Amino acid sequence: MVDLSAPAGRTARLAAIGTLAGLFSGLFGVGGGVVMVPLLMVWLGYGAREATGTSLAAIIVIAAVAVATHAGYGNVDVEKGLLVGVPAIGGVLAGTWLQQRVPQRAIALGFAAVLVGVAVRLVVG
Amino acid sequence: MIEAALIGVLAGVFAGLLGIGGGALFVPALTLFAGLGQVDAEATSLLAIVPVAIVGTWRQRGYGNVRDRDAVALGVLASAGAVAGVVLANAVPERALELLFAALIVYVAWQLARGALAASDAPTGDTPGP
Repeated sequence: MVDLSAPAGRTARLAAIGTLAGLFSGLFGVGGGVVMVPLLMVWLGYGAREATGTSLAAIIVIAAVAVATHAGYGNVDVEKGLLVGVPAIGGVLAGTWLQQRVPQRAIALGFAAVLVGVAVRLVVG
Repeated sequence: MIEAALIGVLAGVFAGLLGIGGGALFVPALTLFAGLGQVDAEATSLLAIVPVAIVGTWRQRGYGNVRDRDAVALGVLASAGAVAGVVLANAVPERALELLFAALIVYVAWQLARGALAASDAPTGDTPGP
């Protein structure tokens, strides 16, 4: 599990990945997986599925800290959070089940297209 | 409002599949379909992410995909960055934050497309652990 030959370097890498992920999470309202998944693969030799799973687990803590901080500013709308969050629980169950069974290439490309469309909509307003 | 709930389902599916994408869809769903400003949408997205990440992690652990010690270390080490990010989000103009967010999701899209195309001739995710 842990590379004991270079514990200091490994911890430093985890700290760097965590700090970047935390900044992204707090600044953009995302989990930080966009930072963690690729860096876990490149810097710590994770496989794609391990990076995904470990990143999701870290996101529990990161998002909880970020939302608590936002709550201090009075920015959190609990009702609307439930409106998107509760249906998403069903979605994530389907997604993790599918992940073990379908090739991810088409899904990643499809999601990329959705995101570009959303970005255009946000910029145009 | 129903659109926001439907996008919630979709965001969950992508989060489970790709490990990213929950917030990338929650935030625009909340601004475009639930009438929130960018900062409130981000804060509310983070609230929605917590239960999704809990359920996703529970499933991923069942598949043996979670390295517990690293995950805890990442979460704890990320806390200072998360607080700094929230302070920054509340300090910058909201329209600037919205444009930065749009840039972020385009970057995510580019990274996903690049990864998908690079992985086309190699099996993914099955590398044996150390």
